[in-house]
Amino acid sequence: MDRHILEVVHLSKNFGTNVVLKDIDFSVNQGDVICIIGSSGSGKSTLLRCINLLEDPTSGDIKYKQKSILGSRFSQSAYRSKVGMVFQGFNLFNNMTVIENCMVGVTKISKKNKDEARKISEYYLNKVGMLPYINAKPHQLSGGQKQRAAIARALSMNPDVLLFDEPTSALDPQMVQEVLTVMRNLAKDGLTMIVVTHEMAFARDVSNRVVFMSNGIICEDGTPDAIFKHPKNQRTREFLERFRSDTNL
Amino acid sequence: MPTSFGERIIYILERYGMSFLRGAGVTMAIALVSTFIGCIIGFLVGIVQTIPAERSKNPVRWFFLGVIRIILNIYVEVFRGTPMMAQAMFIYFGSAALFGINMSMWFAAFFIVSINTGAYMAETVRGGILSVDIGQTEGAKAIGMTHFQTMINVVFPQALRNIMPQIGNNLIINIKDTCVLSIIGTVELFYTTKGIAGALYTYFEAFAVAMGIYFVLTFTCSRLLRLWEDKMDGPANYDLATTDTLTHTSGLYSIGKKNIVGNLNKDSRDGGR
Ligand SMILES: Nc1ncnc2c1ncn2[C@@H]1O[C@H](COP(=O)(O)OP(=O)(O)OP(=O)(O)O)[C@@H](O)[C@H]1O
Ligand SMILES: [Mg+2]
Repeated sequence: MDRHILEVVHLSKNFGTNVVLKDIDFSVNQGDVICIIGSSGSGKSTLLRCINLLEDPTSGDIKYKQKSILGSRFSQSAYRSKVGMVFQGFNLFNNMTVIENCMVGVTKISKKNKDEARKISEYYLNKVGMLPYINAKPHQLSGGQKQRAAIARALSMNPDVLLFDEPTSALDPQMVQEVLTVMRNLAKDGLTMIVVTHEMAFARDVSNRVVFMSNGIICEDGTPDAIFKHPKNQRTREFLERFRSDTNL
Repeated sequence: MPTSFGERIIYILERYGMSFLRGAGVTMAIALVSTFIGCIIGFLVGIVQTIPAERSKNPVRWFFLGVIRIILNIYVEVFRGTPMMAQAMFIYFGSAALFGINMSMWFAAFFIVSINTGAYMAETVRGGILSVDIGQTEGAKAIGMTHFQTMINVVFPQALRNIMPQIGNNLIINIKDTCVLSIIGTVELFYTTKGIAGALYTYFEAFAVAMGIYFVLTFTCSRLLRLWEDKMDGPANYDLATTDTLTHTSGLYSIGKKNIVGNLNKDSRDGGR
């Protein structure tokens, strides 16, 4: 089946006169795990935020299941509930417990009743190993626990695609692993994911496609093998070179 | 009339205790109701001030919001920038003279204090809404909440918690400031006290009693609000839920106060004060 679940077409984004994304083209198939890598300021977050409509694209189009998401009659909130996002800063609702964080979307947006919402939320919290902490408030949790709860919240909406923006960048090394393990399992389950990350090992081992961005354009897009072992683009090579010397990958 | 201070106080209380209580009741009624209505006004104004509107996206909406905001700003600035006592005179007597509206003294009292509190609360609420981290809004949008749902479920509860101390402040200020209503003849605690003092010629003692009552009222309210704030914060510790697969004995067990979680929590709460 070659129908794309998401399609980014000639997407550009300016902040004032600052051109952050230039003519981005890429598409996502059901079950893809795509890692976006690139140096700081290359526009990775902006691309994800455009896909989730947290930023308005300046020009170009984004299609979800062959329909443009930018039309005025398209329900942006309904779309967002199907294309979820996990943030670097977790963004759990501070006024709610872990289980409430998961349930609020299921009851208010998916319109399920409380019992059902609880069951769904508990299912996903169990999946990320957060079931013991359902009654905790976000400020009572460690960073890794917060991120796992945030992932469970996103999963509770039963999304088609999940976007991750550097989900482990705010975490201690040990917590990084607990979150990456959760994400590995999601990939194994066949969830479609787009992951902006600096975790090259994760990109290499888990993704089926790696996108390298630099200065607002996609420089290279290919299998992890192609990108990491035989990078064609000069800038990709330099980036990976620098990365290897820093981290002994 | 007894001669010592203590005996005079007792004498006054015996003769006028009920009047003092009635005056205190009126003071509290005006303060509580007006703070409540003022908060509602403040919330409505604060909400309008923080509705996002972009000129490029929807010019009509942008224009109308702009006009409404200018009017609301004038309201806020005028009522914050003039003394309540002057407003009381102006509204109570002016409404009759200018518009032929014969306000009852009661209505005027509630109206003046409410609208004043509203002006103060508007800015507080706006600040409270803006102080909620943008990440909270983005987190809500990312699971598909509309602007309205985000506000109701995520932003307001946190803004309300942030401004609770300000609401308490306003209540206490209102308890004290209702005394300016004596100028339009509202029989609240100050007015009552003045009457008693004049009748018995015991200014010192009568106002000693009044001060005692004012203090008890404000102190009680501030403590009660503290308790309410603590209740809003929820329990200091959470219960670790255990999965049925792990244990069949009990559904939940509680972890004690002196654990890491409790300490973590304490830090962040102290920081908030
Ligand atoms: N709201 C904004 N207004 C103006 N410029 C912005 C805004 N957000 C991002 N930018 C700019 O867009 C560029 C790309 O930012 P972006 O956050 O997408 O980079 P990134 O690849 O995610 O970097 P990092 O790896 O550091 O997260 C940066 O130069 C940044 O300064
Ligand atoms: Mg980024």
